Amino acid sequence: MTEYEMTSSIGDVKPQNMMFDEPLLLKSGETLTDYQLTYETYGSLNEDKSNAVLVCHALNASHHVAGTYDGDEKTLGWWDNLIGPGKPLDTDHFFVIGVNNIGGCHGSTGPSSINPATNEPWGSSFPMVTVEDWVEAQARLATRLKIEVFAAVMGGSLGGMQALQWTIDQPKRLKNAVVIAAAPRLSAQNIAFNEVARQAITLDQEFYGGDYYQQKAVPRRGLKIARMIGHITYLSDDSMDLKFGRALREDALQFNFDTDFQIESYLRYQGDKFAETFDANTYLRITKALDYFDPAAKNAGNLSATLTQSESNYLIISFTSDWRFSPSRSREIVEALVANKLDVSYAEIDSPHGHDAFLMDEPVYHNLVRAYFTRIWRDSNSVC
Amino acid sequence: MRTLLEFGGIVTVFADQVIKRQDYEIITALVSDEATVLDLGCGDGSLLSHLSDTRNISGYGVERDDKKVLASLSNGINVIQADLEQGLSGFATDAFDYVILSLTLQAVHETETIIEEMLRVGKQVIVTFPNFGLWRHRLQIFFGETPTSKELPYQWYDTPNVHVLTIKDFEEYCKTHGISILERIVINEAGNMVGVFPNLLGALAIYRFNKVAK
Repeated sequence: MTEYEMTSSIGDVKPQNMMFDEPLLLKSGETLTDYQLTYETYGSLNEDKSNAVLVCHALNASHHVAGTYDGDEKTLGWWDNLIGPGKPLDTDHFFVIGVNNIGGCHGSTGPSSINPATNEPWGSSFPMVTVEDWVEAQARLATRLKIEVFAAVMGGSLGGMQALQWTIDQPKRLKNAVVIAAAPRLSAQNIAFNEVARQAITLDQEFYGGDYYQQKAVPRRGLKIARMIGHITYLSDDSMDLKFGRALREDALQFNFDTDFQIESYLRYQGDKFAETFDANTYLRITKALDYFDPAAKNAGNLSATLTQSESNYLIISFTSDWRFSPSRSREIVEALVANKLDVSYAEIDSPHGHDAFLMDEPVYHNLVRAYFTRIWRDSNSVC
Repeated sequence: MRTLLEFGGIVTVFADQVIKRQDYEIITALVSDEATVLDLGCGDGSLLSHLSDTRNISGYGVERDDKKVLASLSNGINVIQADLEQGLSGFATDAFDYVILSLTLQAVHETETIIEEMLRVGKQVIVTFPNFGLWRHRLQIFFGETPTSKELPYQWYDTPNVHVLTIKDFEEYCKTHGISILERIVINEAGNMVGVFPNLLGALAIYRFNKVAK
């Protein structure tokens, strides 16, 4: 293929910050008077500014989509296997933007930021944020970067929901939406898992009602459990069985409450790692944004009525073993798009990796994304 | 032996392409301009692509196979990965001007369900199939062999065809299932239209039909 496929990544990247002083009216009714967005870009914007692709992040991720910091392979972006020179979303062709959402904890204004009105961290007083709010903030960033129309907006899971929301709120500002492993709204079971995660955090004694920063405390235990629960829902029964089975850490059962099984130790490790790097208030708010996401609600549950203004083309992808947002949830989206006679392609990828499959290097999946972006590239260069 | 087998394979593939092209041309003639089309078992999307170029149609292909889904996507087709044996529940009633099932009817398991679903989703249905009643097939059966031809190139042990049918069979089916045939085109092995004795001389049958108005 191309010479670039030998290279592993786009290489070193640097995040940037953009300040906004135009108040952002949130769906909750509250207003953020000024805020900062942290973002990264890869590739270069072409002359007519028609090759920009926005990549939206999900629950645990950030603006750091591809590349590394200071040559450290451990800092590889969360979607580096998909985005880069010669990769399915080819940064030789496209100008790719990753942005940390409002309410986040990786640079953009969020609960751990200093509230200029009080000179204290926002903490519990940081407003609730929604997918709609994020899309509005992302659109403002695009405007400031002089991007009128995105070639595509793409995301997996909650990121896919933002891509879908873009086609509803900003129908004239994108040509394609790539919606991977998403759902048109959360099910009761999805919300239930989120609520257990939130309870784990808010019941942690170190939470202090959300104002733990001033106490120099971190609700690590709550965040750890929240992450452990979340992680279980990202994997499938089969993939867990394949990876861990009933494998023990020691040669024999220990007959105590420490970690007998490999899976226990794996989850604890994942939980601990996450609790060190992620902000509990952000986690609470993002899970709420997930729960609140329901674009069809304004039309009494009719998603196709919500999509009537869309002018976008769509690529929808689901994974067979994803039980968090199963293929049938993606098919609901497809059905609503077909009802509007919109251009949509849909693929159901046979994968054992559950919800997390969208982050994996699955050839069938990556080939589809590559083919779709090749199509976008070809079409945008064959005009006139 | 190996070369012989390979050669046989090439001939089969070639014959398959010829049939497909004839099939496409006739389907194109039956479809009206600017129509909305659902193509079941769309393969690499070449029929939809052809219809879009020649008739300016819009629509979707349904395909089960990963590689064909990728091919369709690359060809600029709207392709929806699904197993049509599971029905067409993702599509609304009367959503399309035409639902097309090209050279696949003989290979589906849930024949009645699929035809019923096509009639629900499409205002009209176009179905094409190889005619098992062709004289050559009858002769082969007479001599005790399972028929093979360029329309039915498979051996008994490797055929995907589970419900081979004749023109007579299909028309009988239409009578008993409330289907009104709007148009029938039959072509022979040389690719010419057949007027008389279609069930004996016809290699390929193309039907356009809808539900009998109640």
